[in-house]
Amino acid sequence: MEVYIKGIGNISPQNTTDPNVFLDDIINHETDFLLSVEPKYKEYINPIQLRRMSKLIKMGIASSKICLKDAGIEQPGAIITGTGLGLVGDTEKFLNQVLDFNEEFLTPTAFIQSTHNTISGQVAIALKCFNYNNTYSHRGFSFESALLDGMLLVENKDADDVLVGGFDEITQEHHSIIKKTRWVKKETINSLELLDHKTQGTIVGEGVSFFALTGKKSDANYAKIQDIKTIYKPKDNQEIETKIDEFLAKNNLTKDDIDLVLLGLNGNVDTDDVYYHLADNYFNTNYAYFKHLSGDYHTVGSFALWFAANTIKHQKVPEVARFRKENFTEKPIKNVLVYNHFREVDHSLFLLTQ
Amino acid sequence: MSQRVFVTGIGIISGIGNNVEETLQSLKEKKSGVTDIKYLETNHKGTIPVSEVKLSEEELIERANLPKGEPYTRATLIGIIAANEAVKNAQITDMAEYKTGLISGTTVGGMDKSEMFYKDLLSTTNHIEYIETHDCGDSTERIADYIGVKDFVSTTSTACSSAANSMILGTRMIKNGMLDRVIAGGIESLTKYHMNGFNTLMILDREQCKPFDENRQGLNLGEGAAFLVLESEEMVKKSGKKVLAELTGYGNSCEAFHQTASTPEGKGAYAAMKEAIDRSGLKPEDIDYVNAHGTGTENNDLSEGRAIENIFGDNIPKVSSTKSYTGHTTSAAGGVEAVISVLTLQHNMIFPNLNFKTQMKDLKFKPVTELLENVKVDHVLSNSFGFGGNNSALIFSRY
Repeated sequence: MEVYIKGIGNISPQNTTDPNVFLDDIINHETDFLLSVEPKYKEYINPIQLRRMSKLIKMGIASSKICLKDAGIEQPGAIITGTGLGLVGDTEKFLNQVLDFNEEFLTPTAFIQSTHNTISGQVAIALKCFNYNNTYSHRGFSFESALLDGMLLVENKDADDVLVGGFDEITQEHHSIIKKTRWVKKETINSLELLDHKTQGTIVGEGVSFFALTGKKSDANYAKIQDIKTIYKPKDNQEIETKIDEFLAKNNLTKDDIDLVLLGLNGNVDTDDVYYHLADNYFNTNYAYFKHLSGDYHTVGSFALWFAANTIKHQKVPEVARFRKENFTEKPIKNVLVYNHFREVDHSLFLLTQ
Repeated sequence: MSQRVFVTGIGIISGIGNNVEETLQSLKEKKSGVTDIKYLETNHKGTIPVSEVKLSEEELIERANLPKGEPYTRATLIGIIAANEAVKNAQITDMAEYKTGLISGTTVGGMDKSEMFYKDLLSTTNHIEYIETHDCGDSTERIADYIGVKDFVSTTSTACSSAANSMILGTRMIKNGMLDRVIAGGIESLTKYHMNGFNTLMILDREQCKPFDENRQGLNLGEGAAFLVLESEEMVKKSGKKVLAELTGYGNSCEAFHQTASTPEGKGAYAAMKEAIDRSGLKPEDIDYVNAHGTGTENNDLSEGRAIENIFGDNIPKVSSTKSYTGHTTSAAGGVEAVISVLTLQHNMIFPNLNFKTQMKDLKFKPVTELLENVKVDHVLSNSFGFGGNNSALIFSRY
């Protein structure tokens, strides 16, 4: 496919809102979950609207505007988002009202803002963009589906300058619930030491990342998205290897052509095995990981795409993100493969090239 | 981008029937599913009518032949029943034989169980098996596992146009050669959450809804699930199986106006219908019937009606809203109405818009109010418009 990343807006638990900077200063989170570093919203949203917006809507609009500015686009050809859980804060607010007040005395605002398409709708309203608009909500394939949709629009010339975003938020209340599952660590850790804690579960994060996709080649683009693939419930590591082989072969590459593999390691001793397996037995190249910076969430693939695109743009892998550091060798970064899985169910591959 | 996309199977469950046959029967008999609440636990029982699937969860589990005691949400159960019917109807016996995807639409997801157990989830460790049934992807994955789909799964969530957008992505993936066939549609169960949400917007009719009526008072919520099996031209040629309809056009546009309202002139509705007609290569006058979004709210029926007038001019095709039968099944609506559109083509029938009495002052046309049999229907336009300005339209054509 001829699809390029032309601009990015990324709001995350790290300082990522300046498109010209790539992880120069790192934030260690010593909290139960990782909250985003929010920008000064008044630069992006007028104060009257700002007051009425919940956190994720503000983050969504700001990050879409950062992205469009970075790409030099005024009006996107389409707006597509992906989210695992949508607007958690608004959902909790309305749900608690319904339950606490016995279905009486309710006000609509939180309900209106709690549908998953709120961000794509609000971004469209902010931009007066009447074009194609869609939202996906499917666990570890939420952002991946949005990206696939956007790439198809560009590829089929249905639209250009397509805005694709992933968003999820974490709240104290939601964290208290998911902490009861085996997917979230019981203990509080220093986020940067994520891989040293060989325990069950991961650390939860959040973020909003928007990408501007174009079919036009330019030196100003971050990178080319060569291809993406989703793999649903592979039965074992062997099937994952086979799928990676097929995916690379389809793109006329072999695993030896990959300069950097970005792994979705999340510190969960139950589910990280496949990443160690691929690094130790399958690939033979440089590796990086990122969830100690972002935390894990349904649309963390969007943070991974931001990271991968920046390694190509800046031709560097930040020290803090290197995995198997002892074997890391300096070399040009041309082909980057991202491999991530959500709870061993939804696996995804992104292939980026220079 | 040249492959044609065909419908080879349909499956449906809603307030008017538990399968395609029962649905057709109710449609012919003008039997609405909108009645007093029976299954949903809510204080609005007896005051707000809805169209519920007329089965308890125990009965749904039994019907789907599922093990008891597993954490299935109501939306998942009806989704499994409808998707399975569609697969059987398309005579698919080996799912792994061809590249197959499942794309479902939902917005409420597993909220029915979340709202039931939420306070427990906050303060106890009871019912924690329902933590992971809350999100939209849970139902899709359980349906995929039940019918054996592995190659691609995804879930659209654009409120009331979700199912239509599932079919649009499915169609595009087939046309691009990424999948050979896709089971696409949508599901939604009733919940206190969205019933109270719609109630705060003051758009719920206390009686059976009256789409396109001057005195319409709002919508009735409904629940349901409906899926279509979409297959590539090559697949249909190879198998020689019976084609129920061709999906000839689709359109998606955003109104970018207001989170819960549409422009009076129906700008987004117009753009979606226009794109669908243009893509199909048809002319507006080729459309024989519009299965309208027609919720019965003041705002929708006016803006959609005006958009229909702007598209078709003086030559307005037959129009009806079958939400007067099924209620507004929100994320499933695009699927429910796609199935009804296919039934229209298969049986040369147009199903009426129930409860209509008074012509709208602002519109030139009125909907079909009686069952029309043996009518020429070659092309049906089906509209689905969502909260947040997500407007989609699909065209189903006789093959």
